[in-house]
Amino acid sequence: MISDAIKARFARETAKYPADQRQSAVMACLAIVQQELGHVSSDSEREVAAYLDMPLMAVHEVTTFYNMYNQEPVGRFKLNVCTNLPCQLRDASKALSHLEHRLGIKMGETTSDGVFTLQQSECLGACADAPVMLVNDRHMCSFMSNDKLDRLVVELTALGGGA
Amino acid sequence: MSVSNVLERYAATGQETCFHGRHINPQIYQGLDGSNWHLEDYQSRGGYQALKKILGVDGGAGLTQDEVIAIVKESALRGRGGAGFPTGLKWSFMPRQFPGQKYLVCNSDEGEPGTCKDRDILQYNPHVVIEGMAIAAYAMGISVGYNYIHGEIFATYERFEAALEEARSAGLLGDRILGSGFSFQLHAAHGFGAYICGEETALLESLEGKKGQPRFKPPFPASFGLYGKPTTINNTETFAAVPWIIRNGGQAYLECGKPNNGGTKIFSVSGDVQRPGNYEIPMGTPFATLLELAGGVREGRKLKAVIPGGSSMPVLPADIMLATNMDYDSISKAGSMLGSGAVIVMDDSRCMVNSLLRLSYFYMHESCGQCTPCREGTGWLWRLVDRIEHGHGKLSDIEMLDSISDNIQGRTICALGDAAAMPVKAMIKHFRHEFVHHVEHKTCMVPTQA
Repeated sequence: MISDAIKARFARETAKYPADQRQSAVMACLAIVQQELGHVSSDSEREVAAYLDMPLMAVHEVTTFYNMYNQEPVGRFKLNVCTNLPCQLRDASKALSHLEHRLGIKMGETTSDGVFTLQQSECLGACADAPVMLVNDRHMCSFMSNDKLDRLVVELTALGGGA
Repeated sequence: MSVSNVLERYAATGQETCFHGRHINPQIYQGLDGSNWHLEDYQSRGGYQALKKILGVDGGAGLTQDEVIAIVKESALRGRGGAGFPTGLKWSFMPRQFPGQKYLVCNSDEGEPGTCKDRDILQYNPHVVIEGMAIAAYAMGISVGYNYIHGEIFATYERFEAALEEARSAGLLGDRILGSGFSFQLHAAHGFGAYICGEETALLESLEGKKGQPRFKPPFPASFGLYGKPTTINNTETFAAVPWIIRNGGQAYLECGKPNNGGTKIFSVSGDVQRPGNYEIPMGTPFATLLELAGGVREGRKLKAVIPGGSSMPVLPADIMLATNMDYDSISKAGSMLGSGAVIVMDDSRCMVNSLLRLSYFYMHESCGQCTPCREGTGWLWRLVDRIEHGHGKLSDIEMLDSISDNIQGRTICALGDAAAMPVKAMIKHFRHEFVHHVEHKTCMVPTQA
């Protein structure tokens, strides 16, 4: 269920566009839904469609076209490691396998306690900071050596159950 | 401690990539330290003087739209996003007298592998983009603009939103800017993970709230752009160059670079160098100098190859690169393209088949699926390179790669097809022996992958 607080955030996005172009805010609205609810469910899509007065299928097309929308629930922390060539040259693939080993999961999977989801990703646009990892869509972590990855996993695990 | 507090400690500081003091005559990155991105800092660096100058609110006479466009044409500023199209010429295509709404769009969907220059501009000097866009809007008679920012750099999107608020509060954006007759509303929008949206018409589709599938051109955005209205789209760095040009003149900007290649350019240097980062240098600077600024190749290694303009551009072997200067015309003459200015450096421990394999996967993953040659071809390319890399390839596969590339290139709506094909053709052209070795020996000829 999309709360009034979320709808207030939607309103700030639709205000950027002409009154007859509310659909332009769909990318932002779905990103807000994901931040608040963890993923974009069919119910959320339906509510966003109603809010923006656009066809449900047009919302679903957006959810499924863009890589960052979670169409299924993910762990509390979604880790996206870039492995594109500039990052690969600076050990990003090793960073990804280090995390697989450390978390005991393969890329694309979620830990059994629901704390971490690990994914490979395409260029995050921070190539000079490689290896880079995006956490929960909004936090870019730079120069992620194995040591730093370990530290971050420990710190996030400690926060895993809390708010 | 909250999650955000923890994660902030892992965020980039810009020290390594931007505030290293290793630029040459920087204009856009001049004087930045990470904390001085606010409006008052920007103004103390001469910010918004150019906007005041054209509006005539600094006591001067102001400049006409034609005068602004003439200065930009004189500067030889060329599009910094990849195509290198002359900016002044693009601005002159805009039907200024069109009676309805017109739009200005900034393309900050920086996703070309290797490129991270626009992030540092927006993060550490956001007002230079706002001022550049306001000047462009004035010159083309546009009253509404959007800056579409790569979804993965969300903190930077939020930084830009904060800068917009500062500019609005100071009367530098909005209705009747600084008491003049010029009004300009500027907003930020973000993507959410689609390389294709860096293509300008895909970006427009995305801004309209749709899948980012490129439009057929013509009609070009200048006549049918956002919401079907005349629209001008420029890259972040292009807009960021404009305030300096207006303050100092087109001729001065041109003289910073070389004829037909005006000004400075920010190069994002990544891969096998000691100091990966962004380096702002005059157009025409030798590649060897840029490599030196980036600390040279990794210790104990030799330069093998460079992709000089982002992953979509043809790779060049070391000897050609070391004899090349960093500007549009020189790199083009050397057989590649300056593109977005992303310089991916590879040393002698790198296997070109393996490198191409990662790039081919990327283009397959990011093809929007609209055109058959790209949708089917990119997958085919990846499968063939994968087969060769893993020792199951045949010699005829190498010719097949070439032929598939030819059948993608130039046969798709947008340039992603070309972007997928060009790296393949260049890798085979310059490093065919490595592909042959993989096929014949079922193993890599490069001994270490470190």
